[in-house]
Amino acid sequence: MVVKEIIRPVLGTGPTFKFYYCRVRSPSAPFQGDMEENLMVKQTIRFILNGEPVQMEIEPHLTLLQLLREKLELIGTKEGCGMGECGACTVLLDGKTVNSCIFPAMEVDGKSVTTIEGLIDAQGNLHPIQKAFIEYGAIQCGFCTPGMVLSAKALLDENPKPTEDEIRNGIAGNLCRCTGYIQIVQAIKAASGQL
Amino acid sequence: MKRFDYLKPKTIEEALSLLNQYGKKAMLIAGGTDVIVMIKQKTMAPDVLISLQGIPGLDQIEYDGTLRIGPMVTHRAIEKSEVIRKEFSALADAVEALGSIQIRNVATIGGNICTAAPSADTASPLLVLGAQAKVKSLKGERTIPIEEFFKGPGETVLKEGEIVTELVIPKPLPFTASAYWKHQRRLALDLPILGVSTLISLNKDTVSCSDMLCASSPISSILHTMEQDELVCKEVRIALGVAAPTPMRAIKAEKLLRGKKISDELLEEVAKTASEEAQPRDSIRGEAWYRRDMIRVLVKRMAMKSIERALRPEETVLPVRLW
Repeated sequence: MVVKEIIRPVLGTGPTFKFYYCRVRSPSAPFQGDMEENLMVKQTIRFILNGEPVQMEIEPHLTLLQLLREKLELIGTKEGCGMGECGACTVLLDGKTVNSCIFPAMEVDGKSVTTIEGLIDAQGNLHPIQKAFIEYGAIQCGFCTPGMVLSAKALLDENPKPTEDEIRNGIAGNLCRCTGYIQIVQAIKAASGQL
Repeated sequence: MKRFDYLKPKTIEEALSLLNQYGKKAMLIAGGTDVIVMIKQKTMAPDVLISLQGIPGLDQIEYDGTLRIGPMVTHRAIEKSEVIRKEFSALADAVEALGSIQIRNVATIGGNICTAAPSADTASPLLVLGAQAKVKSLKGERTIPIEEFFKGPGETVLKEGEIVTELVIPKPLPFTASAYWKHQRRLALDLPILGVSTLISLNKDTVSCSDMLCASSPISSILHTMEQDELVCKEVRIALGVAAPTPMRAIKAEKLLRGKKISDELLEEVAKTASEEAQPRDSIRGEAWYRRDMIRVLVKRMAMKSIERALRPEETVLPVRLW
């Protein structure tokens, strides 16, 4: 690596945290003006977010999770491991589940994103899957829930009457450390009208 | 996370010239489930990511006897392909066991082989299926057999400025079936302790599989009964993942079985030879002696699974059921 990068988080004076990026060049490294300029250039993306068309300028290195939480302030989507293992950051991209923490924000251009905020209907009612989760006690700390609900939605959209094995397979990418999964599986069964 | 620029070329030619322009500063990204994680873990730091998502036609599966898989085909798409499940079962077994649905929806087969992890799930099925990678650069095209594709952990024979544009799997011989077993500690989201894949072609004309025996009995007893018949293995390929620095073929073991009458004892012998050929290492997921011993067990199991599938092509023989 020629260019060393140090990122110093600095506390802002306001209620929100601000991050300042400070680039430090090693003395031996030649100056690469155009590259540096290039990195700063924002790019335009257009996509559908929870049914609404969105157009925005973003830094090209953002992940979809950063875009949702930090730029759009949709904090229903959670960051767990940040490495695509736990599924807390699951969102739907064109109806398919993806781990938003390792998904480049630039790739949502032209696609449709559904987050947990998008499951509520126009009257403000919760989605039947969300209601089932509450009814069956499939939530304890709630951190895995947004991802779990979206994985359940993707499963039921594709397979409206899944067996227990298919349900367990469908949520295999979402870790829950509280419930032991029993209530979650029951809730998904109930949401599919099988209980 | 490190800042980088993100470019989305619309054609393969544009991608090639960008790759040429940025050289070592650039990195190709397919699904990104490896690339973004490696950038986050700081094991690599490209200045520019060149995405292949915007190039049309790279995410197609075509079948006309020969199977052509675009490098941008996701593991989920392979999992759902009927023809791959039926004709190229080892690959279907492998993608089913890889990551989670969230990962499979994004991760691509081209990315999986180009990351070239010794544990790459699709590598050993591609080895037994005899796949070839078509590669393009500004200088032209070339075809690399998958056997020669991997050079070391995380290293391939791809030169700077080359992009994999297609994976071609030749039409299998008649009465052929394959299987893959991912030996892991949990059923999802784990890296394999071992990946074992086999492909076997039979001379099925000597076996009448319509009788009661073949329809219902377990494969071990079929083998036993068949010993009087001539159930001959016409072609065999055995590939092992996480058993050496790169995914490998067990050539000596294959030689032992090719052209021979299949029997229980011979399969034992073949599996033992494969375990001696492998060069597994001690790692956090398993020690070398254990891996070696499991190769012995699993090569035999996968060989039997392949024979079972070849004898009962109309049935889906699930990989989760070992017998």
